[in-house]
Amino acid sequence: MDLSRFIQYIASGTAYTLGVTIIALPSGLILGIIFAIIYVYGGKIAARIMNFYSTIMRGIPPIVLLFILYFIMSGSINLTPFWAGSISLGIISSAYQMEIIRGAILSVSGGQMIAALAIGMSRMQAIRYIILPQTLRLAIPPWSNEAAIVIKDSSLVYALGVPEILRRAQLISASTQQPFLAYTTAAFIYFVLVLITNTLLGRLEKRLRIPANP
Amino acid sequence: MANHILTIKNLTKIYGDNVIFEGIDLTVDEGDTIVIIGPSGTGKSTLLRCINLLTKPNGGQIWLDDLEITAADVDEDNVRQHIGMVFQNFLLFNHLTALNNVKLGLVKVKKMDKAAAETKAFQELERVGLSDRAHHYPGQLSGGQQQRVAIARALAMDPRIMLFDEPTSALDPELIGEVLEVMRKLSLAGMTMVVVTHEMGFAREVADRIVFMEKGSIVEQGSPDDLFYRPKFPRTREFLWKITELYGKKEEEA
Repeated sequence: MDLSRFIQYIASGTAYTLGVTIIALPSGLILGIIFAIIYVYGGKIAARIMNFYSTIMRGIPPIVLLFILYFIMSGSINLTPFWAGSISLGIISSAYQMEIIRGAILSVSGGQMIAALAIGMSRMQAIRYIILPQTLRLAIPPWSNEAAIVIKDSSLVYALGVPEILRRAQLISASTQQPFLAYTTAAFIYFVLVLITNTLLGRLEKRLRIPANP
Repeated sequence: MANHILTIKNLTKIYGDNVIFEGIDLTVDEGDTIVIIGPSGTGKSTLLRCINLLTKPNGGQIWLDDLEITAADVDEDNVRQHIGMVFQNFLLFNHLTALNNVKLGLVKVKKMDKAAAETKAFQELERVGLSDRAHHYPGQLSGGQQQRVAIARALAMDPRIMLFDEPTSALDPELIGEVLEVMRKLSLAGMTMVVVTHEMGFAREVADRIVFMEKGSIVEQGSPDDLFYRPKFPRTREFLWKITELYGKKEEEA
């Protein structure tokens, strides 16, 4: 097998890697935002439940959770490993993203909510038009860290048999006896994906920065 | 007799064992400017927060016109849009331009269409002399300018009454004048206002009535001349002149 076909074989897993990430990251974000709002504004009992959720999800290795969630899902609804794996990673990531968003909400001054209520907004309106736009801007730097983690953790679905980058590297390494080349190729692709993502998010952060005098 | 816009009866606020104020009675008539003064920690700011329902009182009642706003079934969001509030630390929405700060409530609360809201927001900025700063963000404005935008934001909602919570206390001395000037014009134009402030020059010139609060109750209230020259309690005279001396210097420097 020549080198270009070797590399191509591994690189063709990128579509799965991206697919898993593109499902897991936004679904984790949406859940994370909702959970963070419930945590901060939902009262004491809701905060306790959210804190429990966060502690459990962040206290167990992602690969273990992935298996548990996968077997729950494949036992109840008939999902392909790709979908079950992607959704599971999204759920795992939601706990981390909830903490990122919660931290950002808390660093937006409490006065912003009071000022919004004072002009007659409801709490929901205040969260939507005043708190979240400021929160999400603040959350971009820590969120880009989480994005990198999810891209890398997408490799975990190899354990469910999804033919993404790592899975393909493993297969071709076994068949060609070239483990070093196989895994460095995989490493390089992951690295480039993370680099591109972080660069794009860095630009987004600059573009959305609120103008202020120095 | 003028219409009561605001009526407060026997209002009490307690945090834990700490009585903030007790048995407050106050009425504000249409077009009046009431200035509340008193040492810090006497519950002046908390009183304003109770009036626009940002803090729940422990007892007593408040009416806005004929509506009892402390009643259990009242729509708080709806009440608040009729009460303008200006804060010590401005609290502009940091991610919005001056124009959008003023416009947001018109679009989202009053449900005005965007073009009409924009025109009105611009007019309100003009009223506080900041139409040339419409597209600046709060971080690009001076404290005095930020506070004037905050006043415009509250005015845009066409409130029945405006509450000012130490609006110049966080400002550098040279910026206080521009904010007081806006407030003075507003008072002359007939806006009903309740102002918590230490600016005695403003109080003497603009107030229809000065209310002196201390240790959680109203000690004395009356016209500026009565309180300055014919106070019923020596404590009132002592406080007024002490504050005038302290802040008068700052005003002269400005």
